[in-house]
Amino acid sequence: MPVMDRLKAISGSAAIVGVAESDRFGRTPDRGPMELHAEAGRNALADAGIDKSEVDGVFTSGGYSTYDIAEYMGIAPHFTDSTSVGGSSFVIHIAHAMAAIEAGYCEVALITYGQTGRSDRARGALNLYGVTPGLPNAQYEAPFGIIGPPIAYSMAANRYMHQYGEDRTREAMANVAVSTRKWANMNEKAHFYDTPMTFDEYHDSRWISWPFHLLDCCLVTDGGAAVVITSAERAKSTRKGGVAILGAAEGHDHAILHQMPDLTRTWGRNTGPQALEMAGVTHSDLDMAMIYDSFTYTVLVTLESLGFCGPGESPDFVANQRTAPGGDFALNTNGGGLSYAHPGSYGIFTVLEAVRQLRGETGERQLDDCKLAMAHGTGGLLSSTGTVVLGRE
Amino acid sequence: MADGYNKPIPIPQPESDHYWEGAKAGELRLRKCDDCNKAYFYPRNICPDCGNNNTSWIVASGKAKVHTFAIVHRPPHPGFMDDLPYVPAIVELEEGPRMATQLVNVTPEPEAISIDMPVKVVFESITDEISLPKFEPA
Amino acid sequence: MADGYNKPIPIPQPESDYYWEGAKAGELRLRHCDDCNQAYFYPRNICPECGNNNTSWIVASGKAKVHTFAIVHRPPHPGFMDDLPYVPAIVELEEGPRMATQLINVTPEPEAISIDMQVKVVFESITDEISLPKFEPA
Repeated sequence: MPVMDRLKAISGSAAIVGVAESDRFGRTPDRGPMELHAEAGRNALADAGIDKSEVDGVFTSGGYSTYDIAEYMGIAPHFTDSTSVGGSSFVIHIAHAMAAIEAGYCEVALITYGQTGRSDRARGALNLYGVTPGLPNAQYEAPFGIIGPPIAYSMAANRYMHQYGEDRTREAMANVAVSTRKWANMNEKAHFYDTPMTFDEYHDSRWISWPFHLLDCCLVTDGGAAVVITSAERAKSTRKGGVAILGAAEGHDHAILHQMPDLTRTWGRNTGPQALEMAGVTHSDLDMAMIYDSFTYTVLVTLESLGFCGPGESPDFVANQRTAPGGDFALNTNGGGLSYAHPGSYGIFTVLEAVRQLRGETGERQLDDCKLAMAHGTGGLLSSTGTVVLGRE
Repeated sequence: MADGYNKPIPIPQPESDHYWEGAKAGELRLRKCDDCNKAYFYPRNICPDCGNNNTSWIVASGKAKVHTFAIVHRPPHPGFMDDLPYVPAIVELEEGPRMATQLVNVTPEPEAISIDMPVKVVFESITDEISLPKFEPA
Repeated sequence: MADGYNKPIPIPQPESDYYWEGAKAGELRLRHCDDCNQAYFYPRNICPECGNNNTSWIVASGKAKVHTFAIVHRPPHPGFMDDLPYVPAIVELEEGPRMATQLINVTPEPEAISIDMQVKVVFESITDEISLPKFEPA
């Protein structure tokens, strides 16, 4: 079990000092994923005011090893971490970076991400069904047409509906879809910046895998993102100062769907409480939460797992557009994977938005007096989670 | 065997060949830990509970209940195009473990299928070596 | 194009399509950073040295010297079976960067090839779209 005394001792010892997307964002048919990694990495370093030559720790995931990305970018790191547990990986890298910095393995950590899900699909290059014969899903799920996240997540959602009520769950999913779109309408980088969504449009959108409508599902876009982390001490001399990493936690409890112990609880049940305790804060202290919204259901199951509300209570928690702009719980203020961007593994974008809200850089959608934020990634088939609590005085 | 079967086909592995032989012979075989006295899925020589190798095979009754399901309208793979809508499911076997499968001989509509409904295994032969364990209303 | 070519064939990517078009046209094209005033390999829009996008394309002279080589007697892939022994190499281009290639028109024996020996590029057409830059004694 995590040793809380030691975690508390390193709380705040490292800080996020740079965040950025790639220059090309949304649809980039003429750009490959590695270039998006590199663009975002360069932009995040510029955001921090740190030269590439000072990077001595690299972190990545999503089809590339750190040596692929570091070679491309011309970086030879002393610490390397390609932890690959789906879309939460890039949130998990934050804790790994802090631990490495605290232990002395490196001083400047660069986390990069880049994917071209949208253009891959257009190019016909997407290999969703390249199943590895030796992995269990090739034998025990794929033959039954259980392939890819939408089907798996919709099966989990149906179990939730059965346990907690179909109509109220449906209404909650609609609330999440619509409130998230409202935030996207305030983010000019968002795919759906110019496109509002009504409840009717949600309910009328076509079925992908019942109980999921099209508008329960995240986007498929192209894009990259990167995060720069250094010690709290060194953060003071960076261009914008640091956003402190106060709490962090990670883990997973299954890989393929039918092995998930409870389809209505993710590993966030551990990472939420751990990250908050490490930070010495509680849910009610948070000014905002960024929760990976691969699907509307992902938000509901995650809010409960993290402890924002009890099992079965998230439909009440998100009711009446409570999580929309102007509501009293600021959630996914960038417009989320549902309406802002989702190149394939969205986790890192939860961190970008949390940092920008804490810095006061988000313009029209800026929250008042935002000092404490949670960013949370989910990976695989509700399999892995990574949670961080970030703060700024 | 359906000629031109173009969906993913399981390739039996060292820990699953007996399982797939069973399916071909019309038996749903499960691994059981003789230390934990408990069946588990999917087949592994090593018990995922206690980590011991004191494991054996049993034949499941084939009775189960629906744990969850979905109704797929957009194919995740070209092979499933002609099956739309189809009904992937997780069932809970009488012996305890859950497994992923497909429901067959049901109307693919939310009203026609319910969680906890009793189902029983049927084997669908897809190649000379492989039959898939699917489930239909009991 | 050699019919039945069964070795790995490059698939041009967004950052390399111009490189492969050049090879097909008989030009060895290199990326050059106009800030660092330095050529680099492999082609990337972003300079691996300074990280800037102020990069352009130049055409290499095709002159190089052997940086290292090996003589392969066991095929790593069935496509290379009929080529044994063949001579993979890294060459250092006159413009500075190193690239991986194959030496051709050499006797595949250690005595016949020396590191630092002068070589020049030749293009071997393998498909309608792809020619591979290989090197032979200058």
